[in-house]
This record gives sequence, structure tokens and C-alpha cells, in this order.
Amino acid sequence: MYRIRVHGRGGQGVVTAAELIAWAAIYDGRYALAFPSFGSERTGAPVEAYCSIGDAPIRSREPVEAPDAVLVLDATLLNRPRIFTGLRPGGLVLVDSTAPLAVPGVPQLRTVPAARIALARTGRAMANVPMLGAFAAASGIVSLEAVHTAVGKRFSGPVSQANRDAVDEAYTYLTEAAREADEVDAPNATTASREVHHVA
Amino acid sequence: MSPEPTLAAARRPLEGSRAVAETVARCRPQVVPAYPISPQTHIVEGVGALVRGGELEHCEFVTVESEFGAMSVCIGASAAGARTYTATSSQGLLFMAEALYNASGLGLPIVMTVANRALGAPINIWNDQSDSLSQRDSGWIQLYARDSQAACDLHPIAFRLAEELSVPVMVCMDGFVLTHAVEPLDVPGQEVVDGFLPPYAPCQVLDPAAPLSIGAMVGPEAFTEVRYLAHHRMETAVQRFPELARRYAKLVGRPAEDLARGYRLEDARTVVVAMGSVLGTLEDVVDEARGRGLAVGAVELTCFRPFPAGKLRELLVDAEHVVVLERALSVGSGGILTAELAAAGVGAHARITTVIAGLGGRPVTAKALRKLIADATARRLPPMEFLDLDHDLLRRVHARENGR
Repeated sequence: MYRIRVHGRGGQGVVTAAELIAWAAIYDGRYALAFPSFGSERTGAPVEAYCSIGDAPIRSREPVEAPDAVLVLDATLLNRPRIFTGLRPGGLVLVDSTAPLAVPGVPQLRTVPAARIALARTGRAMANVPMLGAFAAASGIVSLEAVHTAVGKRFSGPVSQANRDAVDEAYTYLTEAAREADEVDAPNATTASREVHHVA
Repeated sequence: MSPEPTLAAARRPLEGSRAVAETVARCRPQVVPAYPISPQTHIVEGVGALVRGGELEHCEFVTVESEFGAMSVCIGASAAGARTYTATSSQGLLFMAEALYNASGLGLPIVMTVANRALGAPINIWNDQSDSLSQRDSGWIQLYARDSQAACDLHPIAFRLAEELSVPVMVCMDGFVLTHAVEPLDVPGQEVVDGFLPPYAPCQVLDPAAPLSIGAMVGPEAFTEVRYLAHHRMETAVQRFPELARRYAKLVGRPAEDLARGYRLEDARTVVVAMGSVLGTLEDVVDEARGRGLAVGAVELTCFRPFPAGKLRELLVDAEHVVVLERALSVGSGGILTAELAAAGVGAHARITTVIAGLGGRPVTAKALRKLIADATARRLPPMEFLDLDHDLLRRVHARENGR
């Protein structure tokens, strides 16, 4: 089973992101279960949501404590130890950011300017939908086609197409970033990046 | 251990609440009164949207001023011969309490979804089963869903059962854990439900053209007999619920719901009994324990009212140790389900242990259940245990209280 934890703030579409990954996995013909960390939701408060994907019905309903992937829709949360709690060794970490970031102990962290892509494509800086494209590219766990289907069913009219374009752009961004990382030495890439430290 | 090798084509990604709303709409309720403000779920919101959108025809959706109003409108509508549905949760159910007894006493076949949540104070919006279990003596049949698919499937069965028996039915599903979770779910087609659930043919109707009173005063000369008859009428559900569930299961091609079901009971010495969404995690942990050679099984109780004493005795006949996982607490007594099982004669030859778990939304984790099963099989469990109790916090509270 593959487990994803999505972090962000109330109002950033954290729950929707986890749900749409589940939709995409189900459209891919797999089983999935998504649910939020339940609470009295307040705009701006840290929120997390979970998605588990597998090839058999998912019975366990406990929150994801050992994620294979962590998606962060708001980089200002990165100083919270909770973000990386239980992350499996080498697990995928995707963060919405326009600049490269380095977090000590998390060398695999990758960034995608998801909110910027969303703003340009849809007029709203919602990182959640482009993050789905980035996740599809970086993980291969859900297909781009299934993400398109999920986003297409969630949104209607011109917003739907704009969101699918945003998914494509983030997908391409991650695919090209991966290619560049293969071509460029990793240390050179990290020298320019901003350091983020945990709050003890 | 999955019985389902492939994903059924009919399954769509749906939130539990949405799937229940769509299933309820297929049951063609004619009146749905609801107090649409917290504590509530997306269920009545979904039903309301289906009425407004014209997908659920011939249905009056009535927003009322309170849950007491909601159940009162249910009573009036049902007594006038309409198929009636509502949903609530937590304190909302308590606010209905007076009317709940009237609904059952009048023999009105109302169906209600209870999204199980804790009761305050202190304020807590999260999941446990304190709300519906507090109404266990209200004369309503109570069915507990292990997952959202079961919650869907139980609704057409609930309407049919309610209307055949003239007894109201609560379908209880864990709040948030099920109501807010998205997963592949199959909402039965309209033709499936129409084939299973005939139009409501009430046995008594309030009709201005033929006036009569129902629920008029009954004195000491017959009140006991009224209750005796209610008890025995509800008990017929012990036969009728599994029959209807099997019939429905054939139509939708899924395993049938039952009063209670065993999981890996073959030679099981320790058996954990539970209701609701904890069953999924529990069965995963039972599989792991079996993999380590521990003789452990589980029993899922779906039908809490009427209490299927015979079925449970049968399932637990060989158990040496019955561990009852309780999602509610009777303060000053202990486990509600434990007491029912003991009264039913379960545990006459077995130890019976109460484990209070997951109150007010504390997740019941596989880790905690693993430890529970290890402790149970090693005979380290006290007669009553609170799962994942924070002893440091309790020590601080005790120290503060003693210092005062």
C-alpha cells in the first residue's frame, strides 16, 4: 500500500488534494481511501489529509503516520517537525515553492511552483491542483490521464480546462526538473537553495 | 485476505456522506425534514441538493428550527403515510430524544442516519458511538455500519425492515471516519432499489377524511402489554433483518449484511468484538496476529437493537477470552456492549474484558490494537482497560487536584 500525507493550511485545498488523488487512483482501477484530519477547520490553520492507495480494498482507517509521500502546499509549514514525521526512508517530498529549498535531513525534497502555475492558469493561487500533476510525474503512482479525469469531474466549464492545463504544466515541470537533475551535479543545485530549519 | 479480487465497475470515488445521500434518494423518501446546522453531516445537504435538482422527485425537503422539530415533522409526515427520512448526530440526536420515543411508540417506520459523534461537555465534534448508544432504549432498531459501503447497503434494508415491522430504524455510521472519507463506493441503481423496496403501504394513516387518533393515553391496565408487544415486534427483526439483507445482497452482488459476523474464528481462543469502522483496522491486525500464530479472531456486531444474543453466543461459543472494544463509556458502569454480551450469556465459560477505545475521535490505531491483542493473548489485560490512556496527563491532573 502507498500512503500519502498532504499538509497545508485551511483554505488551500488540502482535503481536495487528497480526495482527488484518491479519485485518480480509483479511475486507474485501484483502491483508494482519502480522508482529512478532522477538526474544526479554520482558514489558515495547519491542516493535513491522507490518501492510501492499494490493489486490494483498504480496510484500515487510521491516519497516515508512515507516509511514502508528503505533499506540502505551503512552504511556511516546513519548520514544523510534524511535516516529516514517520516519512519512509527516501520517501517523496514535494513542496510548493518558486525557489529551490533545502531542508536538513530531507535531501529528496523537490519543489514545484504550484501556486504560481495555478495563479497563471486559473487566476487563483491554489497549489493543490497543480500539485496533483507534480505528484503524478514524481511518483508514477497515479497516471496523468486519471488526474485529468478527476480534475475534469471536480471542476466544470472553463475552470476545468484551466485546472487540467495547470496539472500538465506542473507535470512537465517535474519531468524536466528530473531530467535536469540527471544532467547537473546535485551539489551545484543545492548551493543556490534556501535553507529551512526545523523548530526544535 | 480480501474476498474481492477486482474493483467492481460500478464503484465511483465518493464521500461516504454523498454515497449515503444518493442511496437514500434511491429509496424515494417523500418527506425529509432536517436541521441543517451543526451537528450535521453532508448527508442531508446531499439529499436536499438531489431534491432541488429534481433527481429525487415527489419529496418534500423541510428545513426545520431544531432536531426536535426535525423528528416531530418526521412523526407527523410518517403518521400521514409518507416515507420519511432524516439524519443527525451527537447532541442533535439528544435533542430529538423525547420525539424518538414517540416515533417508536407510535410504530412509525422512520429511517434515520446517525453519524456517530461524541457527546459534550466538553465540546468535542469527533467520532465515537456515545450518541446512538445513549438512545439504545428508545425503541429504535439500531444497525452499525463497518464501512461506507455497508452504510449505503443498510439503508434500503432499513426502510424495508422499518415498514414491514412498523418500527423506526437508525443506521449508525462513524462520523468523519466514514462520513468524510472518499473511497470507491457503489450506489445501487434505481431499478435495484425499486425491485427491493416496494412503495410504502402504511398500516395506519392519519387522514382528515377518516379521522382517528393514534398514541392516545394508555393507563396501567395495558401499558405493560403495549411495551411487551413492542419488544416482541422488534425481536422479529432478528429473523427478518438477515433475510432481507441476503435478498438485497443478491441484487447488488455483495456479501450479505448480517446481525453479527465472525472473522477468522476457526480455533480462535481470543476474540475481539466491535461495532463500526474500527473493524477494518481490527481485521488487518487479526490477520497479522494469525501470521504470527496467535489464535485470534474478531466479531463484528451490526445489529445492536434488537440485540442478537443467540447469534453472538453461537459465534463466541469456543472463545476462551472475549475482548469487547467499546467506542462509548457508561460512566460509573463501564462498557455498554460488555454488559449486553454478559446479559446474553456470552462469556459464561470465557473471560470477558472491556476495552474503552477511541473516545472523542482518538484514532484506534493498528499499533494500539497490536499491543491489545498481544496483552490479551498473554493474559495481561485487566477486566477493564482504556486504550492508549495518557498516564502522564492523568498523573499531572491528580497531582494538581491533590495539591489543592
